[in-house]
Amino acid sequence: MKRRRLEGARKALTFLGLPVLLVGLWWFASAGSQNFFWPPLRTIVEVFPETWLEGRILADVLPSLGRLAVGYLLALVVGVVLGVVIGVFRTIRRVLEPVLEFFRALPPPALIPVIMLFAGIGDEMKVVVIVTGCVWPILLNTIEGVRGLDDVLLDTAQVYRLRSSTRVRHLILRGASPRIVAGARQALSVGIILMVISEMFAASNGIGFSIVQFQRGFAIPQMWSGIILLGVCGVLLALVFRLVEARVLTWYTGMRRLQRKG
Amino acid sequence: MANATLGVPSRVWRNPVRRLGPGLAGLLGLVALIEILPRVGLVDPRFLPPFSEILAALVGQAGSIEFWLALGDTMRGWATGLAIAVVLGVVLGILIGSNQVMRAATATTIEFLRPIPSVALIPLAVLLFGPDMRSTLLLVVYASFWQMLVQVLYGAQDVDPVARETARSYRLSRWTQVRTVTWPTALPYVMTGLRLAASVALILEVTGELIIGSPGLGRSIAVAQSSGAVSIMYALVMVTGLIGVVVNLGARACELRVLRWHPSIRAEAAR
Repeated sequence: MKRRRLEGARKALTFLGLPVLLVGLWWFASAGSQNFFWPPLRTIVEVFPETWLEGRILADVLPSLGRLAVGYLLALVVGVVLGVVIGVFRTIRRVLEPVLEFFRALPPPALIPVIMLFAGIGDEMKVVVIVTGCVWPILLNTIEGVRGLDDVLLDTAQVYRLRSSTRVRHLILRGASPRIVAGARQALSVGIILMVISEMFAASNGIGFSIVQFQRGFAIPQMWSGIILLGVCGVLLALVFRLVEARVLTWYTGMRRLQRKG
Repeated sequence: MANATLGVPSRVWRNPVRRLGPGLAGLLGLVALIEILPRVGLVDPRFLPPFSEILAALVGQAGSIEFWLALGDTMRGWATGLAIAVVLGVVLGILIGSNQVMRAATATTIEFLRPIPSVALIPLAVLLFGPDMRSTLLLVVYASFWQMLVQVLYGAQDVDPVARETARSYRLSRWTQVRTVTWPTALPYVMTGLRLAASVALILEVTGELIIGSPGLGRSIAVAQSSGAVSIMYALVMVTGLIGVVVNLGARACELRVLRWHPSIRAEAAR
């Protein structure tokens, strides 16, 4: 009993030790800070609620996350649908491969000025920016996933004359899902980056917009609180993603575990 | 992603027309589309100039010294940031990864810091350094460091226990263990990390120039945009895409060369 408690304490220490230590270091090292750019952590924490929780959560945080959600989900649908089509048909794949390579290699923010020409500076622009950035990792990974499907399975499905809708749902999408999820994970971090950048370009609300406003107005503790807020958003979204991933890929992780044991 | 080109059977490699033909057709199709769409008026030529005009703008740029200076700035920033991130990532990754206590102790911190979007640091960088190369460098290093670190951590964990125990029984020194056991195991992961970090570094380099205004192609794009020089803007965007392609191909070639002894690459080549 005592030993188990000791074990738990040790675990908690290894998991929380370093984070607590780092935050503590920041707290005390910055405590008496007179430096304009590095305000005490205490001040940052104090301004956090009044900066973000009163009003801005509705006016800035939610619009940002909403645009991210719309753009990300659109990219997911477009990427997976196109990816399955391109992956299944060899000829299309070989024709499009260099074109896709080019667009994937294009740094997504470089496209923002181009997209602004077409979509103006409203919400559509930001959503389009997020879609054009997120779609490539998903698309290319889906293509690879579909390509890597077991030929025997595909032939078997054909011999049994499974309907194509059944084949797509149970064989192709299922089989490619580990790769699709890998692409979706990359796309999520790209999406967060683009959410912020598109707002720094031209916007009237949003987290990125507010942080730049604070910076220009030399509201330094508020700016720091925004950076922390973005960090927390990134961490929370990564957590949500991991939960979804665990659900979608249960069969796969289970299979891998069995294979390793065997 | 490496399999995309490697998986092609050797038969096809031998016939360049069959290998390159369809892809070339795809690229030409894209060029034709960009040429025709604005000409027939389906897209406003003020928004998307015909390809020939973009090409003319590109040739004009290639004759100006500013373009080459900007290109040089971008490449220098990219290479410097990537080099710092790689060295930091490899050293810390091997230090942390080959020690179980260290790994457990840092796991939460790494999991927390990694998803913080690098662009959150933009305002801070601007305040600290202004529109200077160092601002962008900070972003580039932060973003590509995590790509490297996480891969090296995986790699250092992957060491075969028997090999590690053997090295320990022979009482190899710490340094020899790292050099002969950990490093060869981690190398494929290091190369994957390098490939990812190289493209992330380019993205952040261009982003930094675009938003912070540090010198480079990104700033040239912003300038072209604000002065309404649409063809030049497209030409510069195209150049960044081409740099991206070169970076990807270069990283892939580097990976093949460094790992040519590795079973995974040998198997691919033998197929």
